[in-house]
Amino acid sequence: MSILANEDTRVLVQGFTGREATFHAEQCLAYGTRIVGGVVPGKGGTSHLGLPVFNTVQEAVSGTGANASVIFVPPAFAADAIMEAADSGLELVVAITEGIPALDMAKAWSFLRGRRTRLIGPNCPGLISPGKCKIGIMPGHIHRAGRVGVVSRSGTLTYEAVDQLTRLGIGQSTCIGIGGDPIVGTNFIDAIGLFNEDRETDAIVMIGEIGGTAEEAAAAFVRDNVRKPVIGFVAGQTAPPGRRMGHAGAIISGGSGKAEDKMRAMREAGITVCLSPAEIGERVKERL
Amino acid sequence: MRVHEYQAKGILAGYGVPVPRGEVVYTPEEAEAAARKFENGVVVKAQVHAGGRGKGGGVKLAKDAQEAFAVAKKMLGMKLVTHQTGPEGRTVHRVLLEEALPIDRELYLGIVLDRSIGKPVFMACAEGGVDIEEVASRSPGSILKEAIEPGQGLNPFQARKLAFGMGLPPAAVGAASKAMIALARAYESVDASLAEINPFILTTDGRVFALDAKISLDDNALYRHKDLLELRDLNEEDPLEVDASRFGLNYIKLDGNVGCMVNGAGLAMATMDIIKYAGGNPANFLDVGGGASAEQIQNAFRILISDKNVRAVLINIFGGILRCDVLATGVVAAAKELQIGVPIVVRMEGTNVEEGRRILQESGLNFTVAEGMRDAAEKVVRLAQ
Repeated sequence: MSILANEDTRVLVQGFTGREATFHAEQCLAYGTRIVGGVVPGKGGTSHLGLPVFNTVQEAVSGTGANASVIFVPPAFAADAIMEAADSGLELVVAITEGIPALDMAKAWSFLRGRRTRLIGPNCPGLISPGKCKIGIMPGHIHRAGRVGVVSRSGTLTYEAVDQLTRLGIGQSTCIGIGGDPIVGTNFIDAIGLFNEDRETDAIVMIGEIGGTAEEAAAAFVRDNVRKPVIGFVAGQTAPPGRRMGHAGAIISGGSGKAEDKMRAMREAGITVCLSPAEIGERVKERL
Repeated sequence: MRVHEYQAKGILAGYGVPVPRGEVVYTPEEAEAAARKFENGVVVKAQVHAGGRGKGGGVKLAKDAQEAFAVAKKMLGMKLVTHQTGPEGRTVHRVLLEEALPIDRELYLGIVLDRSIGKPVFMACAEGGVDIEEVASRSPGSILKEAIEPGQGLNPFQARKLAFGMGLPPAAVGAASKAMIALARAYESVDASLAEINPFILTTDGRVFALDAKISLDDNALYRHKDLLELRDLNEEDPLEVDASRFGLNYIKLDGNVGCMVNGAGLAMATMDIIKYAGGNPANFLDVGGGASAEQIQNAFRILISDKNVRAVLINIFGGILRCDVLATGVVAAAKELQIGVPIVVRMEGTNVEEGRRILQESGLNFTVAEGMRDAAEKVVRLAQ
């Protein structure tokens, strides 16, 4: 099994006709994802990649029966696109867009409260349930279907971890990039909770990074709720304080957000913490 | 993006936060002329993007215009060293002259984004003028907090709660609340990621002022604040970082000798970590992004190499969708054009990886091809020694 998305998930692409969206929609289609159409205001009634384009998410949902969307809309309009998707009742919204103003996200975050929509991202690679469906920009071929759940704040570092797993013959149930921004729709606790409930996930890999205290909160959750093996890594052990390390959310500020604090909290919660990013696969293998 | 104290005060004043009368100057002569406008002496404050200026000699009192001249003369051009600048310090290019005010109390006001609740949080503390992080770790309960609902600003009742909570005399609560609401309005209006007034003062005659101010702007929102872009001071940034930012590269200079070029922020941080783990020290953080072009790779290389401490370079690319043959071609072209002399270790994965490795090996250049991150880190650290 997998969490959040599977072969039946019907996906819309918001910002469908853009260059990145087009490229990745093609990749997702080739992977077998059921992309059912797209939304581009003003281009309703046309078609793209052989699929219908709608002016609004509402119309697209009526027209296609979609229950998920993936957002490639430029940063200035992306928070609005998230709210539009939630307003139309989509169950799953994956926001790939990087660079959304933080206060726009704060607004969208408030809007999502009390609604049924689960937002993944923004500023994330999306999610993949290997062999079933890929809603994101990760290279599909490095994944392999299996029983390890992966949740991460990073993109390429997740690919690295997944690649190590696959090379060791360890498949993945679902891999979720939750995003590198300070405000994200789904946090570690949400994803780990879902993997914990999933009967076909045997172990969980969490890849954190400096900034904020999401890893510490997740560690407390794992300690109290999770009986499956959890293997973790925190990027930025050598990052200087006060500098934003690529991701908007990756910054040690006011003495909080340090890798060492996160690693200590994770270790104390019984999580196997990898010191080196090269040993993630091996540590998972040991704990399976 | 960070701005200077006087710029932050200019922004805050625009939204109704009371700030002391003041003027920014660039020469001792200007300082002398400006100081004549203030009858009770002035405070001369070095304008650099770093906290702890007082302890480093960057804040001085001058009782008259002559003294202001002397103080400014000493301060302008000096290397100001504080706990935030590192030992190399920052050169002072401008100073702020402000009226001296009779201080009764020093408080703290600040707004940051609280990730756990997904909205900004207003913080207030009766203990101001000191390092707030130190207060937070010593007595976290003394910092009062109110969440700001996006689009709503700080409500008057929240401001009153904070003002009374800090123990302000009732007569000052009105003015303090007004200033707090204005601070919240400024924070939202300019898309700040941090806005801080430390200290926020109550004067002996019952007035309130932002005696110091710090604002960091959300880089992602700068596109809608073209006017604020002018406030960027390139003197405050590392020249290599400024250069990198022009090409959309995320570069941060560090003090090791292993240069790194990586795609993706998380992998770039992890690469720094594994270099350390292998016994070396990273010279930089450099994220070339997901779809780096040949031009970007070339510029990334040039910037990386202009750091004279770099003894060896590690290129770590998890291609995925980026094709390794394209990457290898770009790397070879850049290495040839820039005549790079230091050894380069390349670790790449992804589509067409075999073809990519062949291109590197047949280039006749000093490339070492690595298998996996551990191998790459060990090789590059050895080469850098």
